[in-house]
Amino acid sequence: MATEAFQKIYTKINSITKATCSLKATGVGYDELATVNGKLAQVVKIMGDEVTLQVFEGTGGIPTDAEVVFMGKAPSLKVSDQLAGRFFNAYGDPIDGGPAVEGVEVEIGGPSVNPVRRKQPSELIATGIAGIDLNNTLVTGQKIPFFADPDQPYNQVMANVAMRAETDKIILGGMGMTNDDYLYFKHLFSNAGALDRIISFMNTTEDPAVERLLIPDMALTAAEYFAVEKNEKVLVLLTDMTMYADALSIVSNRMDQIPSKDSMPGSLYSDLAKIYEKAVQFPTGGSITIIAVTTLSGGDITHAVPDNTGYITEGQLFLRRDSDIGKVIVDPFRSLSRLKQLVAGKKTRKDHPQVMNAAVRLYADAANAKTKLENGFDLTDYDRRTLAFAKEYSDQLLAIDVNLNTEEMLDVTWELFKKHFKPEEVNIRKEFIEKYWLGQNGEKA
Amino acid sequence: MATKGKVTGVIANMVLLAVDGPVAQNEICFINTGGDRLMAEVIKINGAKVYVQVFESTRRLRIGEEAEFTGHMLEVSLAPGMLSKNYDGLQNDLDKMEGVFLKRGDYTNPLDEEKIWHFEPLVKAGDTVVAAGWIGSVEENHQPLKIMAPFGIDGEWTVKSIAAAGEYRITDTIAVIANAEGEEKKLNMIQKWPVRVSMTDYKEKPRPFKLLETGVRTIDTMNPIVEGGTGFIPGPFGTGKTVLQHAISKQAEADIVIIAACGERANEVVEIFTEFPELVDPHTGRKLMERTIIIANTSNMPVAAREASVYTAMTIAEYYRAMGLRVLLMADSTSRWAQALREMSNRMEELPGPDAFPMDISSIIANFYSRAGYVYLNNGEAGSITFIGTVSPAGGNLKEPVTENTKKVARCFYALEQDRADKKRYPAVNPIDSYSKYIEYPEFDKYITSLIGEGWIEMVNEAKTRLLRGKEIAEQINILGDDGVPVEYHVTFWKSELIDFVVLQQDAFDEIDAVTPLERQQDILRMITDICRSEYKFEEFEEVSSFFKKVINICKQMNYSEYKSDAYSSYYAELLALLETKQVVNE
Repeated sequence: MATEAFQKIYTKINSITKATCSLKATGVGYDELATVNGKLAQVVKIMGDEVTLQVFEGTGGIPTDAEVVFMGKAPSLKVSDQLAGRFFNAYGDPIDGGPAVEGVEVEIGGPSVNPVRRKQPSELIATGIAGIDLNNTLVTGQKIPFFADPDQPYNQVMANVAMRAETDKIILGGMGMTNDDYLYFKHLFSNAGALDRIISFMNTTEDPAVERLLIPDMALTAAEYFAVEKNEKVLVLLTDMTMYADALSIVSNRMDQIPSKDSMPGSLYSDLAKIYEKAVQFPTGGSITIIAVTTLSGGDITHAVPDNTGYITEGQLFLRRDSDIGKVIVDPFRSLSRLKQLVAGKKTRKDHPQVMNAAVRLYADAANAKTKLENGFDLTDYDRRTLAFAKEYSDQLLAIDVNLNTEEMLDVTWELFKKHFKPEEVNIRKEFIEKYWLGQNGEKA
Repeated sequence: MATKGKVTGVIANMVLLAVDGPVAQNEICFINTGGDRLMAEVIKINGAKVYVQVFESTRRLRIGEEAEFTGHMLEVSLAPGMLSKNYDGLQNDLDKMEGVFLKRGDYTNPLDEEKIWHFEPLVKAGDTVVAAGWIGSVEENHQPLKIMAPFGIDGEWTVKSIAAAGEYRITDTIAVIANAEGEEKKLNMIQKWPVRVSMTDYKEKPRPFKLLETGVRTIDTMNPIVEGGTGFIPGPFGTGKTVLQHAISKQAEADIVIIAACGERANEVVEIFTEFPELVDPHTGRKLMERTIIIANTSNMPVAAREASVYTAMTIAEYYRAMGLRVLLMADSTSRWAQALREMSNRMEELPGPDAFPMDISSIIANFYSRAGYVYLNNGEAGSITFIGTVSPAGGNLKEPVTENTKKVARCFYALEQDRADKKRYPAVNPIDSYSKYIEYPEFDKYITSLIGEGWIEMVNEAKTRLLRGKEIAEQINILGDDGVPVEYHVTFWKSELIDFVVLQQDAFDEIDAVTPLERQQDILRMITDICRSEYKFEEFEEVSSFFKKVINICKQMNYSEYKSDAYSSYYAELLALLETKQVVNE
């Protein structure tokens, strides 16, 4: 970044910690960007003439006589249609060898949408994965994370969701992503021929941790441009938000803030909410939907990061390896989409809510039967049938490799009901039983 | 001359000012930066160094920028025209703001000064009034609102003049009052009141005793809340806090409902915006929105304003209570409010209490809950603020500071339980841990007896005992196995399941089951009590469960049927016939 003529250069740094440095300077605005020997930094504290800067890539190698130049602006991104198809770093600079983007410069982390200007989300997002579409239907304007252990294929599932969803733009925000996963996404996007509707902001594990604090705001600023200015349906993928929270705790620790639960800063809820609440359905048709990843440690959802996330997001999707079928499934018990009732049975076939609930209930009966079996109790005939049902249900519907439309998912579920149960055992309203159970071949089960 | 200040430090939304004159704790000031005026509140004073919390983003704020003090604390403007409004935490009218995004420094008038109201005087010249005394009335959305003498004035004032019945704006002078010293006040319909000060211009605050009907059985029947009572709903995420809260705000028999969406999801507020104008108040038949005020300070809105939002909501509630109305105030969630306090305390580098919350969190919560209550006004009328707050305990653990401190002051406790939610037993209120202290009040006993008749509280307590006994037996059966306990144990267990399924569980999405009027709740509890008090003869335990499953099924069908309809009666007949097959007839 070139130094402009009128800018004052400071060359005396008073104190340096691992992530911050302080100097005497005047006329500096809060949140403003600066460069310290060419490294990007942001004002995090002003006390009289003492200004504290957070240096994104760390303070290693910064001397006390480093050149500090204040840029007079907060972190910003140039937005225009030229963003499409490009890969950027956390500062919004291209990393794909292409030219810099021309456009209107917008400060990231901008204001919130006035709640009375929002519209209630009502458009379904089809992903082809029955564990999502059938049991936890997603809606435009929703925000929902995958809660997954680090060894689960959450990035692959998310990529699948992104590629199949009918959206105008997909914006990927990668935080602390391994280089391998970055290359996987890059390869996938390039090969799918969908590159022109994808924008990526990347912070890999090779980049400094603090830089990733900029990623969600960069991605969402780009998303707001397309959703507000172009009325487009934008899907934002944020992976992995736990890494983001880790970076928050590093910074707050360096700034001597008192940590709250799990060493996270006391403002974690607000920090996460500011990101997730950018998900919105606009009355003009544009929308921002956020699908995120929160990695768990040993499935513990009481940890501060998943816990606060759960209170903010509209549900969560759990991945689990099902040892009976040897595949990863979307766990129907712990997953939840809070907005599904806005579309299930309304935008989808009418029997959807009842079929969904009946199948999950029977799957729960199977889980009880399994416990009985493991404890050495005798199984009833019903128990055995639920177990057989559960295995096929898991394999044909819950597994993440499924790709069906919602009608097909419902039909498959009805077939499984017919195969394993009597109509009175599935507890579905009579009109649907008549239509989908007895109707097709007229026979009584 | 107003005190001025200059910015000398910025840490996130905490700003340090050097001031040139007197400043009060909690005084409001405006900081001018780059053409925006940012509202801020004094939170700490140290000589000429004043700490303020800014209700907006402090981005680009610079050292040396100027602040003007206003000489008053954070206050709200109260007048007719507030019903159906959507405010932010500082009482800005959200609908008046331009553009899709909230703009920094955009403050809008909460009131409509142009609207014409029909005013009827309630006093005449020469009458005396005291603070909050009724001087006139105005009707809004079919609610009889009162125009009152200013809150907080001392002693008796004489009405010098009063406007005749007719059409007025809220800014028109409608009365002139004077006190013994000859001081005169010109009154219009607008009151201003500082939100952090409780409004106490009433005669007395007795223990509340009148049932506040919510139509939710697990509340009304088992753990009733009363007009002017306090309650709280803690629960991990996904246990149905919001659904329960919405059910209460839709169905409760209140005149005014104020919903403070405090640091929660914006889409939940949108749901209220979208649905309440369509939904009908079950008590009056009018649209729910007509009696509702929403204070929306969602999680992405500035933290300091979130902290203020619950006070804004409470002060608006106090305004309506002073008119003799029954106000229900719901705050979702008080944990977000406490977290806002924590963020600020942290920035001020105060020594932290448990979980880094400020040390005085317990007194802050206690003070806030104490502003609710049933009051007798100076003119003998009664008004009430019933307050129900939700708590979002971190990790679902109820042993955290906000839950524990709220438990000390709220009189009703509705514990939402993950296990019940997982089993889809909604509302997931744990029947054993939850309580209502009001049920122990002799005043309440007297009131409910006059309303329902003798023996109600005994029946409720009996049902609770059966639930507890059922739970104990379930644990024993888990250890010893179905045939490891006597058959009678199974009967006791299934009687508790009957209470659970028929009384406690309620389908918030079913048109009929969602609301159960008190009369119907009596019938249900009497019916269930009769069944539970009877003795049954079974040969073996398997018979017990299949018999009670049938009983539960019929009772549930009754719950889903219109009250006293043909279907309802025929299910009841079917139930009696079924019961006879196993009943032991006492000689």
